[in-house]
Amino acid sequence: MTVLDHRHHTGLPGWLPGATAPRTDPAPLLPDVSPVRVLGTPGLEKYDPALLRELYRRLVVGRRYNQQATTLTKQGRLAVYPASTGQEACQVAAALVLGERDWLFPSYRDTLAVVSRGVDPLEALTLLRGNAHTGYDPLASRTAPLCTPLGTQAPHAVGLAHAARLRGEPVVALAMLGDGGTSEGDFHEALNFAAVLRAPVVFLVQNNGYAISVPLSAQSAAPSLAHKAVGYGMPGRLVDGNDAPALHGVLTEAVERARGGDGPTLVEALTYRIDAHTNADDATRYRTEPEVAAWREHDPILLMERSLRELDVLDDRLVQEAADEAEALAARMRAEFHADPELDPMALFAHVYAEPTPQLREQAAQLSAELAAEAEVQH
Amino acid sequence: MSTATPVRTSSMAQALNSALRDALREDPTVHVLGEDVGALGGVFRITDGLTAEFGPDRCLDTPLAEAGILGTAIGMAMYGLRPVVEMQFDAFAYPALEQLFSHVAKMRNRTAGRLPLPITVRIPYGGGIGGVEHHSDASEAYYASTPGLHVVTPGTVADAYGLLRASIASDDPVVFLEPKRLYWGKAEFDPAAPVEPIGRAVLRRTGTSAVLITYGPSLPVCLEAAEAAKAEGWDLAVLDLRTLVPFDDETVCRVVRSLGRAVVVHEASGFGGTGAEIAARVTERCFHHLAAPVLRVTGFDIPYPPPMLEHHHLPGVDRILDAVARLQWEDRG
Repeated sequence: MTVLDHRHHTGLPGWLPGATAPRTDPAPLLPDVSPVRVLGTPGLEKYDPALLRELYRRLVVGRRYNQQATTLTKQGRLAVYPASTGQEACQVAAALVLGERDWLFPSYRDTLAVVSRGVDPLEALTLLRGNAHTGYDPLASRTAPLCTPLGTQAPHAVGLAHAARLRGEPVVALAMLGDGGTSEGDFHEALNFAAVLRAPVVFLVQNNGYAISVPLSAQSAAPSLAHKAVGYGMPGRLVDGNDAPALHGVLTEAVERARGGDGPTLVEALTYRIDAHTNADDATRYRTEPEVAAWREHDPILLMERSLRELDVLDDRLVQEAADEAEALAARMRAEFHADPELDPMALFAHVYAEPTPQLREQAAQLSAELAAEAEVQH
Repeated sequence: MSTATPVRTSSMAQALNSALRDALREDPTVHVLGEDVGALGGVFRITDGLTAEFGPDRCLDTPLAEAGILGTAIGMAMYGLRPVVEMQFDAFAYPALEQLFSHVAKMRNRTAGRLPLPITVRIPYGGGIGGVEHHSDASEAYYASTPGLHVVTPGTVADAYGLLRASIASDDPVVFLEPKRLYWGKAEFDPAAPVEPIGRAVLRRTGTSAVLITYGPSLPVCLEAAEAAKAEGWDLAVLDLRTLVPFDDETVCRVVRSLGRAVVVHEASGFGGTGAEIAARVTERCFHHLAAPVLRVTGFDIPYPPPMLEHHHLPGVDRILDAVARLQWEDRG
């Protein structure tokens, strides 16, 4: 008995010479044209108040995390920080919808999702601090390394999910991408493979309107990224990316669909990168202050707090508790990141291969001698 | 390798097929994936019968997208599987280079050893089979100059079996370059007989005058040249590298020091090629033992030619003997 069944594959499925009947109708795969919204709608009342509070708490802590990491970068404690300020709802929801055995495949802007998944900020940020590439254990945290070459982590998510399915294990992989990443060939190949293999994957595209400086309209002529899903034979969903409960609902549905054996889903979340691309970027060169100001009004935390207070599931005490937790995290980050990291130059040779090659042994000996000579000079 | 049958006469293609079959039988984590590897058995029939025997879960026909194939294999390896990827031709592997260079080669390093990727990427490579453009590239230098990859290329039927088994069993990623012009050459081999491990060069022919250092598709040409050289009064040794990474400095230098003259032969372009690296390494390590500069016989620095002209490009016996003649024999003594 095999998981994959190729026996039903034919050259032109559903089509015979001279036939006039339509091939499979793609309409059921199409997303709604309007993004799914829950905040400010009666739909919010169906949500568990505990979940809403949890989302709010994580958003507040996440915002403070973004601010603190940005400050640490200005202080020279991080080499670079691509903030997800304004995108916290996507980050938090992506982490929260996954079970312990599921896998997250983040890009470099998604450290908040990694932290929200339970990885210590000190470990999540080594790449951006510059002391190590990946500071956390991907196997223990079921979180792939932060991926810098855009879109290239998407096929990894497909392969991992496919492997789990072959083993009969109910594991789902969620890949996080941006609008710019959808131009990459790997994005296309990953979605195609996922659909063909019916791999249990969720693709979350955080459409924040810009790939560094290039606006979406110059990136893609597609009227909607979510609609691309139909081209691969998977459902697409469009959601307000600053509406945390809406994201949680849409992503949960996609995760459950994947886990149930019905294959992948593409989710496009409409959001906005409030900060520049990184500390090295100047966003005033390519976007206007009124545009940013409008998005500040559509802030994921503001929207959440307003709706939750109206619903009476949030009060001053809970707001203060979340703020206190956020400050505690920021204080811990300041203390930890202001200490210099321990560096071991000899570790450069430790993990190139399972066993170092003879050439790497020679080069390690060379570096070791250089370090010994440096130490001698310093004494 | 206990399930293999005793000594048999086999082509390299059949030996590779046996290696895949035995690996699939013995290790349930081994999975083969690539284009046309299923019902067709691959365009070179290296995966012939594998889907029929093991099912599509173990030998998978993928969509036609090399980055997707290798990227998917990476995810499978992250989940504990041992994927063997087939790239249909040398030049068709290029779309997968980003996945190979940025992820396969680096994943162990960038995760401090926590996420090794035991992936074998099989690539039929090189010319000499009358292929039209994009079907004959010798692309080994790209792979060999990328830290984190092992690069293996068999030149004999026995090595094709033994090195492929070793590559699949390796916990490091291996780029396994199959010399397609040697696919159909037959030889006797015993699958149960162990071959030298990855990382060791093997002297295929002893000699007293000079050594031809080569690998993969150029091995039979060098053996032929060594035979022809007897008429010129040269007794040439032929050293088969078998593995470009890790490189066997020890064996190469031992042989060069004992003979004092060496020619490196490969069909890939010379500029920035593996021959340049080998000549430099040998010169750096064996300078006082050399009676002549280390020479290279390689393909020209041109895009691979059309099939009716490829014999002008590929190093042949005459070009190799011309190089041997230039090893400053007049200065002997």
